Amino acid sequence: MKTVYLDHVATNPIHPEVLEEMLPYFKEHFGNPLSIYEPGLKAREAIEKAREQTASLINAKPKEIIFTSSGAEANNFAIRGIAYAMQNKGKHIIISKIEHHSVLNSARFLEKQGFVVTYLPVDKYGFIDPEALKKAITDQTVLISIIHASPEIGTIQNIEALARVAKERGIIFHTDAVASAGNIPIDVQKMNIDLLSMAAHQFYGPKGAAALYIREGTRIVPLIYGGIQEGGRRAGTENVPAIVGMGKAAELAKRDMQKRIDHIKPLRDKLIENTLKIENVILTGHPEQRLPGHASFVVEYVEGEAMLLMLAAKGIYAASGSACSSKALKASPVLTSIGIPAHLAQGSVVFTLGEGTTAEDIDYFNETFPQIVSRLREISPYQKGWEGMEDASCTAKK
Amino acid sequence: MYSKKVMEHFTNPRNVGEIPDADGIGTEGNPVCGDVMKVYIKVKDNKIVDAKFQTFGCGAAIAVSSMVTEMAKGKTLDEALKITRESIADALDGLPPQKMHCSNLGAEALHKAIEDYKKKHGK
Repeated sequence: MKTVYLDHVATNPIHPEVLEEMLPYFKEHFGNPLSIYEPGLKAREAIEKAREQTASLINAKPKEIIFTSSGAEANNFAIRGIAYAMQNKGKHIIISKIEHHSVLNSARFLEKQGFVVTYLPVDKYGFIDPEALKKAITDQTVLISIIHASPEIGTIQNIEALARVAKERGIIFHTDAVASAGNIPIDVQKMNIDLLSMAAHQFYGPKGAAALYIREGTRIVPLIYGGIQEGGRRAGTENVPAIVGMGKAAELAKRDMQKRIDHIKPLRDKLIENTLKIENVILTGHPEQRLPGHASFVVEYVEGEAMLLMLAAKGIYAASGSACSSKALKASPVLTSIGIPAHLAQGSVVFTLGEGTTAEDIDYFNETFPQIVSRLREISPYQKGWEGMEDASCTAKK
Repeated sequence: MYSKKVMEHFTNPRNVGEIPDADGIGTEGNPVCGDVMKVYIKVKDNKIVDAKFQTFGCGAAIAVSSMVTEMAKGKTLDEALKITRESIADALDGLPPQKMHCSNLGAEALHKAIEDYKKKHGK
């Protein structure tokens, strides 16, 4: 059976050149980077090279890059590390309503520790108004964290404008760029970003390698205490092969970024154009200012998980923000925040393309998906509209 | 995640559609919180002679609907009232725990259809 992987925002296959680069560090150069003899020095050199490559992708200095195990760790480190470092100055943090769980739940944890958190609303495209951010700032605000690009609706935030507001008020600005870094250009200098989270597997690097960029001179409290790795900011013997892979992946992402975008974007546009030909399908997120490989919709009268299962039966792999497809059985808060009513959010479906996606893949998708929607609508009691929705309230026994 | 039987009923659901002259109709659930099942029954001599469904929901919800209509057909009303969430889940070789409650509305929808029939026919 033909398989078409359209869930690149979940993760990506590793690039062959990246794997090649990593392999010697499993066996041949297995040394501990802290050891002072040859194998240790080899590993140390490899990590420092990866740090340069990673820094270069976002126009940072190598010493501003701290390697972590995941994007979630980088986000936790940023939010909790800055909050604790700055708590004598103030205990107010601003985030948005469309943050990843690793930012959101870090902020919620801090609330329990006596911090005050403001959750900024977004408009129908998922944009945060810089004026609203300005108004939310108090003399207690020590950190602002806004996601760069939403993995759920694809919208790329106008981060430069938001970071400018933070800079004007002298407040530290973090962005979760896990979905965007390596996929679209980022320049932390030009964009005035103080901290930025990124993960290698989002740009064809390995899982288990990620980074937090921390602007030089920024005080931060570690999450993990121990040895002097990562300048004492993140203890633990380094995952050398994964870090080497991240560096190589960053190098390739920088080199091939425009080529990748030029390949993915027209295919994505074709997918959107065809999918919107199906009746009662709505594009979520901004139509233009979105990740190049990202297409997200709500399909009325059907449910997301059912669509995913039928797509998977045809070899097409995708994602959904519907309540039924989540383990927590809750509709995605991102969809709720952009004003999608709960019954429509049930029809959420997200397709994300990658380097390996071909025109044939998209043709196959465009043939298959409308059939799946019409099959599920045949089964649905709402095939003629949302009849009886006016008195809708939750009656399902939980 | 799902048993083979669930996937089989989801992929080839039995008894999909409306019964235009149904003797009883029962709806359970709500799209705001999850799944909605609408069950139609045709009754003759106190027996369910036909059952159909329309469902908005996940894979489990569709498989449950297919199974409950299969189980109901040929049963007397009293026998059909004994169909439970558990007996439907068992017939499907089990459901994931988180789907047991929100997507397993088939028994309730069927029982509502039977009540509807009884009300309409003064029983």
